[in-house]
Amino acid sequence: MTSRFTVREFWTSAMVTGAVLMIALILIAVIAPLTLKQAAEQLSPNAAQGPSAAHWLGTDDFGRDLLARALVATRLTLLMTAGAAAITVLAGVVIGLAIWLSGRCIREAALRVLETAVAYPSLIFALVIAAVLEPGVSSAVIAIGIAGIPGFARITANLASSVSSSEYVITARLLGVSPVRIAIRHMLPNMAEPLLILSATVFALSLVEISALSFIGLGVQSPNYDFGRLLNDSLGALYTQPVEAVGPSIMIALTGLSVMLIGDALAAHADHRAKRRFFPRVLQRNRTVPVPAGDAALVRVENLRISIPGRQELVKGVSFAIHPGEVVALVGESGSGKSLTAMAIAGLPSEDLAVEADVLRVADMNMLAEPNQSRLAKEISIVYQDPGTTFNPSLRMGSQLTEVLRTHLGMGGAKARKVITEALAAVNITEPAKRLRQHPYELSGGMRQRAMIAASIVTSPTLIVADEPTTALDVTVQAEVLRQFRRIHREQGTAMLFISHDLGVVEALCDTILVMKSGEIVERLTSGQLAARNVHHHYTKALLAAIPVLDLGRMPATAGADTR
Amino acid sequence: MNPHTNLAVTEAPTAAGAPHAAAVRKLNVSFGSAHVLKDVTLAVPAGRVVGLVGESGSGKSTLGKTLVGINRPTSGEVLIGDKDFTTVHGKARQQMRREVQYIPQDPYSSLSPRRTTGQTLAEALDPRGADPVRHRDAIAAALERVKLDPSAADKYPHEFSGGQRQRIAIARALMLQPKLVIADEITSALDVSVQADIIRLLQGMRGTVDSAMLFISHNLAVVQEVCDDVVVMFQGRIVEQGTIDAVYRDPQHEYTRKLLASVPGSPEFTLD
Repeated sequence: MTSRFTVREFWTSAMVTGAVLMIALILIAVIAPLTLKQAAEQLSPNAAQGPSAAHWLGTDDFGRDLLARALVATRLTLLMTAGAAAITVLAGVVIGLAIWLSGRCIREAALRVLETAVAYPSLIFALVIAAVLEPGVSSAVIAIGIAGIPGFARITANLASSVSSSEYVITARLLGVSPVRIAIRHMLPNMAEPLLILSATVFALSLVEISALSFIGLGVQSPNYDFGRLLNDSLGALYTQPVEAVGPSIMIALTGLSVMLIGDALAAHADHRAKRRFFPRVLQRNRTVPVPAGDAALVRVENLRISIPGRQELVKGVSFAIHPGEVVALVGESGSGKSLTAMAIAGLPSEDLAVEADVLRVADMNMLAEPNQSRLAKEISIVYQDPGTTFNPSLRMGSQLTEVLRTHLGMGGAKARKVITEALAAVNITEPAKRLRQHPYELSGGMRQRAMIAASIVTSPTLIVADEPTTALDVTVQAEVLRQFRRIHREQGTAMLFISHDLGVVEALCDTILVMKSGEIVERLTSGQLAARNVHHHYTKALLAAIPVLDLGRMPATAGADTR
Repeated sequence: MNPHTNLAVTEAPTAAGAPHAAAVRKLNVSFGSAHVLKDVTLAVPAGRVVGLVGESGSGKSTLGKTLVGINRPTSGEVLIGDKDFTTVHGKARQQMRREVQYIPQDPYSSLSPRRTTGQTLAEALDPRGADPVRHRDAIAAALERVKLDPSAADKYPHEFSGGQRQRIAIARALMLQPKLVIADEITSALDVSVQADIIRLLQGMRGTVDSAMLFISHNLAVVQEVCDDVVVMFQGRIVEQGTIDAVYRDPQHEYTRKLLASVPGSPEFTLD
């Protein structure tokens, strides 16, 4: 976003290089024709000379200085390229938006026409146009400009269709804003960034195509000359004086490079992910740590700190333990660091975060090192928030659910399927054998989440890390999923780390509740304390007060029997 | 249909019925072979806040989008005031559209990132001009209504928190004083403390705003805080409706009972 541009992030080395090159080229385009025209165009007796102190790149058959010609040609080349690029971009944007604005039938037809035109090589298209028109500067500009339109219109239409499905455009439409105003007010400003970046590409392509057109003689005609025309001139002397091709070649390469560097830098700036600098995480060597005698904890976290290197500390010295069979909740709002803490314990922190701690262990696995993958897969299971994205949509459920069993427990396919089928039945999934042959989309969200839970327990893990496992689910499904967690805990004594923003959910399930705020644990509660609302920290109180409580207006004793 | 359907307040609209802000009659909506809404009949009384609850796929969002005219019904009537939305076209339809406003769920995608709050609100008043200077007083009043400072008019969406953005979206929907506002899960994407702010805001606006509201939510506790009436949808049908008190105290349909018992913190909620 423009307003978030900061000077340091904007002027990357690519941007500086590109901009300096471009400024130099523009200066050459302005100055060279004023000062070097004589040397570039005056016929002289010094024909076809090699490089010398007087003529750095030598002279052509008419004794004209080749360096001067290459520099003087910069103006015409840049002007032609800019003209062609402007035709492509302007007409492309107008046509792209017009397609989006028109009715469905016209839109579909126009898009098919564009696709056909895009499939046809634009240079050949330009050749046809240039051949029909009389060869010359303006016909070259028009030909290349028109040839690029279908591609740019297609891109604009694509961008427009994705922006037009955004909620602010839908709301504007509901307010009765006319389509043309929606396009100008809402869509164009929000498409400007990618369109600008793509314009840089169009400029570079136009440069190459105009040069190609002049090179084959359908573009600029003598006595005018651009880079392509100079290359064409050098063709005749390619064997006797190859240096003649050097000047225009270098100029074309430099111009293209400059534009592409600027375009890439703009694109990188627009993509917020690309701005994050990458620091490989420093891993400790020892994969296991000695567990002190008398420390019965399954998970021990001492002074855990997670930060974006050089920027911001996200988790600020968190310490806690999870004992075997204990269910611990990390509760907090967005930005509290609860998920980061959980993922660090599971050995899966984001690659660009720095993780430090005095102790971070699960059993005797050192989670500050790279733990043994096989042990990790067996001992820690993870249940994610969104059942819609945890499974690969193109693979059947069976192959995904049995993966850990086959890879890390060395089970055969038939055995693994049998184990999983039983586990699916245990979490109340109907027709488990059939589910294994289905793809994820054929299952409901609640069913996928229960399948994930089933898969997470078949390795008999000592720890299950569940990151908001019920947030994306309906309340009735949430209750069912929570019951499964409770049953697993009761039957297998698995320890759990349960991340949630919902105190109501954790109160029902967890033994210990850790309340996190801004990267720190502000309060530790037992489920009894939470149930009795025996809390002390003001943030916990505020959190409890913020949760609307269901009031059924009747005594619990009169509750119906319909709770299953 | 369930014989016990509780029709305490929101009787189906009849010719001589109580004034409703909006209503649907025998509404059916299908997408291809999926029959999403089945014979839905519902009236939202003027000035009331009606909660619409049900699980994903129950059709509650589809009903909201049909009322604003995003979805076209397969059959049935959509009444805004006493005019049938489905039979109106062209300019008159545009005019009717302005009588029903919509607040989307995600405050991060509902405001154009390149437009100031003032421009966004001015556009609601005047889709042609959208001049924030000319409508300065109206914009300030709208911001005041959602407890935002008038200086918010000059700021861009990224300068606001999620809760503040949702306030702006609410202000925009109320700008035209529509007959009906559809609030589609407007607190679901927010943190609980921010959700509490929005609930307080909606409670505080009672009596000062004439628009009726259809408050779509999966959170029964939030619905209880915000709404007068509740409508329960299940598999494309309305299975129960009535005042909050009546339905929560004595649910008639089995699905309503299951829904209420599934809320953590509910007296009937148990994991065993």
